Amino acid sequence: MNDTDNQPGPAGGGNGARVLRIRDLVKSFGERRILDGISLDVSQGEVLVVIGPSGCGKSTLLRCLNGLEPIDSGEIELKGEVITRPGTDWNRVRQRVGMVFQNYELFPHLNVLGNVLLGPVKVQRRKRPEAERDALSWLERVGLADRASSFPRQLSGGQKQRVAIVRALTMSPEIMLFDEVTASLDPEMVREVLDVMLGLARQGLTMIIVTHEMAFARAVADRIIFMDEGAIVEQSAPDGFFESPESERARRFLNIFEFSEKRRE
Amino acid sequence: MLDSALSIFVAGRNLARLWEGLEITLWISLASVGLSIAFGVPFGLVMASGRRFWPKILRLYLEAVRVVPVLVLLFLFYYTLSSAFSVNLSAYVVSVLVFTIWGAAEMSDLVRASVTSLPAHQRESGRALGLTGRQVDLYVVVPQAVRRLLPGVINLTTRMIKTTPFVFFINIPDLMKVGQQIVEVAGMRNHLASVWVYGFIFLVYFAICYPVSLFSRHLEGRWQS
Ligand SMILES: Nc1ncnc2c1ncn2[C@@H]1O[C@H](COP(=O)(O)OP(=O)(O)OP(=O)(O)O)[C@@H](O)[C@H]1O
Ligand SMILES: [Mg+2]
Repeated sequence: MNDTDNQPGPAGGGNGARVLRIRDLVKSFGERRILDGISLDVSQGEVLVVIGPSGCGKSTLLRCLNGLEPIDSGEIELKGEVITRPGTDWNRVRQRVGMVFQNYELFPHLNVLGNVLLGPVKVQRRKRPEAERDALSWLERVGLADRASSFPRQLSGGQKQRVAIVRALTMSPEIMLFDEVTASLDPEMVREVLDVMLGLARQGLTMIIVTHEMAFARAVADRIIFMDEGAIVEQSAPDGFFESPESERARRFLNIFEFSEKRRE
Repeated sequence: MLDSALSIFVAGRNLARLWEGLEITLWISLASVGLSIAFGVPFGLVMASGRRFWPKILRLYLEAVRVVPVLVLLFLFYYTLSSAFSVNLSAYVVSVLVFTIWGAAEMSDLVRASVTSLPAHQRESGRALGLTGRQVDLYVVVPQAVRRLLPGVINLTTRMIKTTPFVFFINIPDLMKVGQQIVEVAGMRNHLASVWVYGFIFLVYFAICYPVSLFSRHLEGRWQS
C-alpha cells in the first residue's frame, strides 16, 4: 500500500500514465492532525472514489490537492511536476485541477453562460466566441443548453450542480475533484447529477470523487479508497471492497450503511 | 380657491425663491451624499478587514453618531466651532460637514455588511477556478457587494434628503425656510397660505424621494438571489 508506483489501476480504468502522485501528505488544523500521511497515486483515466466516516478528512484531502488548504508536509505531484514546493503558482495548478463542491457555489450575479465563461475567458484568456462555443456544447451534453441565459436562482439544485461541473470542465482540467456534489440535493435530483459524472467517467476523465452514495460509488469507481481518521485504511476494487472488505473498520462502516439503507426501504 | 393659491406663488419672487430654496436643499443633499460615499466606502472596507485596531475606532464613531440626533450635531458644530475655536465656517459648510459625518458613518456600516455577508465559499469557488485574488475581488466580490449595497445606499440618500430641512435652524434659506418665510408674509392676508405652501413643499419632496425609493425597490427585485 505504501508504494504503488508500479501497480496498474486495479479495475483497469487507468492506462498507467500517472496524473497524480501524493506522498506522506500531512495536514493539521491547530493541534489536530487531520491528514496523517496520505500516499496515493492516480493514473490517467482512473476514477477513484473516496469514502469514510464523517470528519475523517476527505474534504480536506481534496482541498489540499488544489491548494485551498496549505499542507504541513509531504509532496503532491501533478503529471510529474511537484506542486507543493514553496512558490508554486496555484492559480496555474487550479486550472489543471477542477473542483466541484457540495454547496452550489455558482456566482449568483452571473447567468449560466457567464459562470461557465469566467474561467476560460478571465483565467485562460481564451477568445470569447470560441470559449462560448465550447461552453454551449458542454451545456448541451449535460442537458442544459436551453438554460444558458438563466440565472442560478432560476435553476434547481441538480441543474446548478451540473452547471458547476461544466464550469470546471471548460477549463479542460487534467483531473476533476468532486466533494459530495449530491449531498445537499433533493433525492429526485441526485440521479441527474450522478448520470453526468458516470458519463464523464466512461469518457475517460480522471476523477477523484468523495461521495456517500454507495451504489454510485460501486458503479463508477475503478478503485475505492476507504479513509478513517486521516489515513487510508484500505484501497481495493469496488466489488471486492463492498462484498468482502479487508479491514474491520471498513466492515463496520459498510454495516452502518446497509442498516440505514434497509431502514429507508 | 385656486386663485388664492396662485396669488401666493406669483406674488413677488415667491416661485423663484422657492426654486432657489430647492436648489440649496439639493446641493446640500448631493454634496453630503457624495462625500458620505467617498468616506464611507473606505471606512466600511476597513471595518470589514478584520484588523484589530481601526475597525474598533470606526465602530465607536458609528455608534456615537447614531445615538445623537443630527440636530444636536448641527448646533454643536455651528455654534461651538465658531465661538469656542473661533473658526468661522459658513452655515453651508457646517451643514454639509455634519451630514457627511452622519452619512459616512451609516454608509460605512452598509459597506461593511455588504462585504462580510458574502458567503466564504463564493471567494473559494472563484479561487478554485484559478482566478487570482484580485480577479476574485473584481469579478466575484465587488459586483455582488455593489448589488447588496445599492438599495441601502439609495435608502440612506432619501433619508439624508429628508433630513436637510434641519438646516432651517442654522438659518440656511433652503426650501423649507423659504416656504416658512412666504407663509409668514402671505398668511396675514390669506389664511390658506400655509396649506398651499407646505402642501407644495410636500409634493416637491415626494416627487424627489418617491421615484428614488421605487428605483431601489426595482433593483432589489431584480438582483435578489
Ligand atoms: N478550517 C478548519 N479549521 C479547523 N478544523 C477543520 C477545518 N476544516 C475541517 N476541519 C476539521 O477537520 C476534520 C476533517 O474535516 P473534513 O471536512 O475533511 O471531513 P470529511 O471527511 O470531509 O467529513 P464529511 O463527510 O462530514 O464531509 C473535521 O474534524 C473538521 O472538523
Ligand atoms: Mg466533507
